[in-house]
Amino acid sequence: MVTDFTWMIGGPQGSGVETAANIFSQVFSKMGYQIFGKREYYSNIKGEHSYFAVRVSEKQIHSSVKGTNMLIAFDAETIFRHADDVLENGIVIYDSTLENVKVSDVITFDNDFKERLENLLKSKNKEDTVKGILELTSENGASIHSVSFRSLLTELSEKLENPHIKNMSRMFNVLGVSLSLGLLMIPSEKLIESVNSIFSKKKSIVEMNVSAANFAYNYATAKFENIGLKFEEKEIEENTLLVQGYYGTSIGKIIAGCRFQSYYPITPATDESNFLETNEILEINEDRPGSTLVIQTEDEISAIGMAIGSSLTGVRSATCTSGPGFVLMIECLSWAGINEVPVVITFYQRSGPSTGLPTRHGQDDLLCAINSGVGEFPRIVYASGSVSDSFYDTTQVFNYADVFQVPVIHMMDKFIASSVTTCQRFDETRVHIDRGKLLDEISSKNYRRFEHTEDGLSPRSKLGLENGIFWNTGDESDIQGHISEDPVNRVQMMDKRQSRLDYILEKIPESEQIIKHSEGDFCIVSWGSTQGPVLDAIEMLKNEGIDIGFIEIKLLHPFPKELLKKLFSNSKTIIDIEANYTGQLGSLIRQNLEKDPDYYILKFTGRPMTCTELYDTLKKIVSGTAQKREVLTYGA
Amino acid sequence: MALKIGDYKTEVHNDWCPGCGDFGIVNSIQMALAEMEIPRHQTVIFSGIGCSGKTSHFINVFGVHTLHGRVLTFAQGAKISNPNLKIIAVGGDGDGLGIGAGHFVAAGRRNVDMTYIIFDNAVYGLTKGQASPTLRLGEKTKSLPTPNTNYNVNPIGLAIVSGFTFAARGYSYDVRQLKDLIIAAVNHKGLAFVDVLQPCPTYNDINTKDWFSGVDRIDETTKKTMPRIYKLEDTDYDPVVHYSDETELNQKKTQAMIKSLEWDTKIPTGIFYKNELITPYTIRLTDKIPNYIENPSALQNISKNNVPITKINQILDSYKV
Repeated sequence: MVTDFTWMIGGPQGSGVETAANIFSQVFSKMGYQIFGKREYYSNIKGEHSYFAVRVSEKQIHSSVKGTNMLIAFDAETIFRHADDVLENGIVIYDSTLENVKVSDVITFDNDFKERLENLLKSKNKEDTVKGILELTSENGASIHSVSFRSLLTELSEKLENPHIKNMSRMFNVLGVSLSLGLLMIPSEKLIESVNSIFSKKKSIVEMNVSAANFAYNYATAKFENIGLKFEEKEIEENTLLVQGYYGTSIGKIIAGCRFQSYYPITPATDESNFLETNEILEINEDRPGSTLVIQTEDEISAIGMAIGSSLTGVRSATCTSGPGFVLMIECLSWAGINEVPVVITFYQRSGPSTGLPTRHGQDDLLCAINSGVGEFPRIVYASGSVSDSFYDTTQVFNYADVFQVPVIHMMDKFIASSVTTCQRFDETRVHIDRGKLLDEISSKNYRRFEHTEDGLSPRSKLGLENGIFWNTGDESDIQGHISEDPVNRVQMMDKRQSRLDYILEKIPESEQIIKHSEGDFCIVSWGSTQGPVLDAIEMLKNEGIDIGFIEIKLLHPFPKELLKKLFSNSKTIIDIEANYTGQLGSLIRQNLEKDPDYYILKFTGRPMTCTELYDTLKKIVSGTAQKREVLTYGA
Repeated sequence: MALKIGDYKTEVHNDWCPGCGDFGIVNSIQMALAEMEIPRHQTVIFSGIGCSGKTSHFINVFGVHTLHGRVLTFAQGAKISNPNLKIIAVGGDGDGLGIGAGHFVAAGRRNVDMTYIIFDNAVYGLTKGQASPTLRLGEKTKSLPTPNTNYNVNPIGLAIVSGFTFAARGYSYDVRQLKDLIIAAVNHKGLAFVDVLQPCPTYNDINTKDWFSGVDRIDETTKKTMPRIYKLEDTDYDPVVHYSDETELNQKKTQAMIKSLEWDTKIPTGIFYKNELITPYTIRLTDKIPNYIENPSALQNISKNNVPITKINQILDSYKV
C-alpha cells in the first residue's frame, strides 16, 4: 500500500497543467490523503515550461520531496526536464508521438540546460531524443507507459461523433490526469466528481471534459499493465481544507477587518488582491453587508500612499507586493513611520536581485524589509511559515499595527504563494481584534495627535472625527503635528517613537515572537516558509532516532534577542536554514547575539527546499561531515 | 455658529518669503472654506513638498503634509475610504507635474471627487530656484546657470487629456477670483484642477507680479499698462460640457486646449473646462459595491467587543475537502 507518493505533470504554460494538478489534488484529498503541491513556472504567458508536483501522503506533510513517483508528459520538454527525476520503480506516462523529438527541436530550453542535457545523453551513449532519455529512465527501474494523446482524442471524437474534439489538444491536461488515476486504480467517480467541480464555472466545456476524463480513465484501466500500486480510501479528517498558498493572508485580511487594499500588479503578490476583489462584498454578523475596496494603482508608490491615506481615516488598510514593488514604497513607509500610521504591507518575496528570478522563490528580502527606510523609525517585520499560520498571523499583524501605531511588514514568499495544501480549517474563534488607542469620539477641545504619554503611544484620531483635528508631516513635528526643528523636541520625539521597539518586545507574547517546535543538541533556527521542509526533515530524522531542535523566528524586527538567547541555551550546535545566499537571519543573529551559527544550509536556485535535501544535509551535519555552509540545488 | 475666515487659520508662523504668491492662495482657500461653511473636521488639506507643502499647517482643518509628488495618492486613498470628507490637495508645479506626473495622469483617469490646486511658479523655490516643468524653453530665471533646455508642460492641457473633469486657472494676486474658482472646484462633482499662477519673488525674475500686470507694456494711446492676464468669464467662452455627445465633448476639450496655449501677451484665467457627465470614481464604485456610499470603508464596523464580525464561513466552506 502506498503511503507517500509524488505525481508530476508538466507542459507549456497555458496548457492547463494547473487544472490537471488541481483535479489530482482534489481527488486525493477526497480520498482522505494529505496534499502538498507546488507550482513552478517561467516569467511568461504562453509556451514556456511549467510543471506541478503534487505530493500525497497518509500523514501530515508540509513540503515536497526529492524525486517523482509518477510523471505525466504530453510535451517533449517535460520529458527532457524531468525524466531523470523519476524514481526507481517510478512511472512515466508520455505521449508516444514524441518519441523521436530531438533535444534541438525544443526551442524553449535555456542554453545551459540544453548543453547539460546533451552532455548527459552523450555520456550515457543515448541518442539525443525523447526515446534516448526514456531509455535511461527505464534503465533506472521506472516503468514507461506510452499512449498517443492525439489518438485518444480522435477515438473520443469518433465515439462522441464530434469532429472538433480531435483537434482539442488543450484537453491533454485532463487526459493526462485521468490516465494517471486510471493506472493508479482510483475510483473513477472521484475523478468525475472533481472534473465536474473544477469546470463548474465553465458550463460549456464541462461535459466534454467529463467525457474525456472517462475515456482516458477507461483506456488506462484496460490497456496499461497493472502496476500493483494500491491507494486505500480513508476517512477524511474533519475540518480539512484544500487551499492555495495565498488564501491564508487573503482570508486573514477579510476577517481582520481590512477594508482597503491598494496594489500594483506583481508576481507572486497579485493573487491575493484578486482574491480580495473577487470576494469584495462581505457578509457581516447582524449588520448590512460590508466591503473591501481593492484599488489597482498606477505604481507601488501610489499603492502605499493610498493605503496610508486610507489608514488616516481609521480604516484597516494594506497593500501587497513583492521585492521590486516594496523598494518603491520605502519613502512612504518612512512617512508612515514618522507619523505613526498603522499600515500593513504583505510582502510576497521572490528571488532577486533586481527582477532576479521573477516567478521563483526566495527569502532574500529580509534585511531589505528590516533596514530600508529614510532615517530611523519603528516598524515590525513579521514572518509566516505556512498557509495556515499566515491566516492567524495576518489577523495579528493588523492588531500590531493598530496597537503599536507602526507600519508592519508581513513576510510571505513565492513558495507559500504557489503551493496547494490540505490544512485544518481556519478557526475564527481564535481571532480577536484590537484597535489599540484608536478613538471613536473626542470631547476635549485640546486634542493633540502626538501627545506624550507614559507608554509612548498617543490616542489616535482619524480624519473626519470631530474635535480630533491633527496635522501630519514627513518633517519632524511637535505634538500637534506641526513642523518643528527644535532640538529638544527632536530628542523627545525620537525617544517617543524609538522606545516603541522595546515596548513591542515587551508586549507581544513570547509565543508569538518565536515558535519552539522541538528541542535538541542540534538546533535549527529559521524563518518563514522553510518551516515546512524543516518540520518534515525533522520528522524523518526522528524516525531514525535523531532529535533535532527547531526554533522558528516570527518576529524578525524588533529582534527578540533575549528570548532567542534563552532558547539557544539548551543547544550545542546552531544550524541556520534560509532560502538566500548570505544567510540573512544568520547575520541578525551575529549582530544581536554576537554568535555565528555553526552551520548554514542555504538555497538560492529559486526553487523551494525539499525535506529530502534538508534531511540529507542535516544527517551530514550530525555525522560531522558537513561544510559550515551547505548549498542546496535540487529542482528543475 | 457661522464660521469666519479666522477660524480656518492656525497660529503656525508662516515662513514664506515676503511678497510670495503663496499667501494669496492660502487666503483664498481659507476664504472659500469659510464661505462654504464646511465644518473644519470634515475638511482635509493634503499637501506635497516644497514651499507650497507647508500650506496644510496654516489652515485650521485636518492637514496632511505628505511627500514630494505623492500628495494625490494619499488624498485619493482617504477620499475613497471616506467619501464624506471634503478634500483639497495642494502642491507645487514641480511636485505635481515633475516627480508626481504619473500620479497626476492616473488621478485624471479615476476622477475622484476632490480638488487639486497647483502653486505654479515655474521654479523649484525651496531648493533655490531650479527650472520646474512649467518654465519655458530657453528661459533663464535668476539662479539658473544656463537657459532652460526643456520644453514646458501645459498643466491645463495635461489635466484635460488625463481625464480631469474640471480645469481652471487662477492668479494668486486675484484672491477674489481665485476664491470663487476654488469654491467652484470643491463643488464640482469629480476631480477638479486649479492651476494657480503664483510669482516667486525670490527666484522667478521673469514671470513677476509686474510682468503679469504688464508694467512693461504701455498702451501707446492711453499710456496705461496692459495687463497680460484676462478673465475667461469676461468673454463669451463657455467651458461647460452640456450634454453627452462626442461632438460637444470634443469641441469643449479642444477649445480648452487651444485656450490653455495662450501665453505671453494674453494669459487667460478662469474655468477652461467643466464636465459633470463623467461619473466620479466614488460613484463608479457603487456598480461593484451597491451600498458603498452609505457604508464606505471608514464607516464599517469590523468587530464587536474585540470579536470579528465578518463572516468567512461561506468562503471556507468552498474549500472544504
